[in-house]
Amino acid sequence: MEKILVLTHVDESGAALTGASLESVAAGVEFAGLLDATLVIGIVGAQTEAAAQQLAGASARVLSVSGEAFAQARYASDAAACEALCRAAEPTLVFAPASSRFARVIPGVAYRLGGFADTHITALAKGDGLTASRSFYRQRVEAVVRRETRPWFLLLEGGTRAPYSAAAGQVQPEPVAVTLPPLRTNVTGTRAPSQGEQTIRPDAKILLVAGAGWTKKQPDGQVHGAEAEALILGFLHLTGASLGSSKSLVDQGGENQSVLKFMTHLNQIGQTGATPRHAKGLSTCCHGEEPHVVGWRFINERRAINLDANCGWARGKADVLYVADAFKVMAKVNALLAEKK
Amino acid sequence: MANSFHIVVCASIVPDPLQTLEPAAGPAGSGLKNEMMLPAVLDPWAAAGLYEAANLAAKHPGSKVWLVSLGPKAKLQQVLMTVAQKVPFELVAIDGPLGGFTDAHSTAAALAEAIAAIPGLDREHLLLFGGWESASRGAGVTLQTTGERLGITDQFQGVDQITVNEDGSFEVLERVEGGKHQVSVCTGAPAVLGWATGNLPEPRNSPQVGMANMRGIMPALQKAKNVKLDANGLSYISVSLPKQKRETRLVKDMPEDEIAREIVAWIEE
Repeated sequence: MEKILVLTHVDESGAALTGASLESVAAGVEFAGLLDATLVIGIVGAQTEAAAQQLAGASARVLSVSGEAFAQARYASDAAACEALCRAAEPTLVFAPASSRFARVIPGVAYRLGGFADTHITALAKGDGLTASRSFYRQRVEAVVRRETRPWFLLLEGGTRAPYSAAAGQVQPEPVAVTLPPLRTNVTGTRAPSQGEQTIRPDAKILLVAGAGWTKKQPDGQVHGAEAEALILGFLHLTGASLGSSKSLVDQGGENQSVLKFMTHLNQIGQTGATPRHAKGLSTCCHGEEPHVVGWRFINERRAINLDANCGWARGKADVLYVADAFKVMAKVNALLAEKK
Repeated sequence: MANSFHIVVCASIVPDPLQTLEPAAGPAGSGLKNEMMLPAVLDPWAAAGLYEAANLAAKHPGSKVWLVSLGPKAKLQQVLMTVAQKVPFELVAIDGPLGGFTDAHSTAAALAEAIAAIPGLDREHLLLFGGWESASRGAGVTLQTTGERLGITDQFQGVDQITVNEDGSFEVLERVEGGKHQVSVCTGAPAVLGWATGNLPEPRNSPQVGMANMRGIMPALQKAKNVKLDANGLSYISVSLPKQKRETRLVKDMPEDEIAREIVAWIEE
């Protein structure tokens, strides 16, 4: 019989579980039922009492590791916390959100427990036991996997299921003691790299991708970097879109070529960048070749503006390809959006 | 040895991103069609780690860089002919299977064993570098597990920057949610850093660096230990290409005003 432990952590407020944690809880509740398994939920955070109330009605034993040391997302303390929760729960299956905090530590924790970890899980199913779906080769190959060995740690991708919604009731978490190793790392804060301009918005409905074409010579023989910056930032301000980029454009920054000043490697989408999730995506001045488009795997509706009618987007990668000058089109798009404000 | 580092970079080789991939079942399990024939490159994120390692070593005299790579010897040799011209390093080669369908935990065990056996490696000054994920398996498991096996409990993933202070401590920027970096200060080596893209461009080819590297690469390849990777109970029920083909509507000769109106209407849907 399987025993499921769901590992969760509190968010930046310190008073609530992260959305991705609640998605993992929902998976735990669902598969505890399907596999006839017992369910334990573990919480990591400086304070866990308030966050634990979000687990009311989950029919689970709730364990917690709390204290100032666990306010920081730090490998040594988080790994010790997760290890202690696992030793207290003795699970055969461990579900955890694929947040930066847990993605950092779960493989190491699995090793400490003599278990194995699989990551980027986008779906779970009950077949002959539990099976998990994930991608390989940067979303270019999909596979369904199973592991016979236990404990099996599964890092679940965010945005793949509805978060758990608490029922009425009170939850009293059981504290679990942790022996911390010497802590040599101190988290001092976070830093936004985009010079005060927030260009990455994971919750945005639309993704605007700017390709290297924005910094190439235009029909008048000149590069129009300042105009490109104004058009792109104007669109972001008017729509609240998130900004992505191709590797070639971001790399130009490192090579001191003409660049969009707000663009960093964090904006990079594709084979060597991010694979964000947005309902819509608009590509501009980007050729739509495979290494780039793999980053669009989770963009539902796709449109592109490119001067080349034979670019990658035309080959079944976009829903609509506008063969046009992005400078002219985006200027008019921004004007229309501004009128409607 | 004040502020000098022994930097070990773990890097796999992966199919060139421009190649079309097709899954195929072989005698050894799941794989890619014509996998050994596909042009390969050093994994992009691990390559960023290698360039950052070389940059760090250049700034801190007495430092040294090792590149540890697991793959078929012939394939390693092909890829390293190019990589060797970028930055100075000493190769530690492990002869083993290629591809994303091998188990990360077995790979980590082989890497940790090879790293522990590096002659003269000062574990107190060790920085273990690599990509935070590979472009093949993309698990983000190998480096953490290798670090655990080597007893390193200061680990950072999605790293874009390391800045070493005069006292040997260093500041690390790690990618976290929302397009931000988490800033941490570690008192010093040993530590594990799984790199994202970093901030350095790809170094230009240097024939001098290439010649120096190649003197060590061929002997390292010749004495590469062969390893078999255990599946650790992992099996593949299905492996397939994602369904991604769309019916693209090609819009030509439409005035910009009309295109703009259509896009705005679509955004507002």
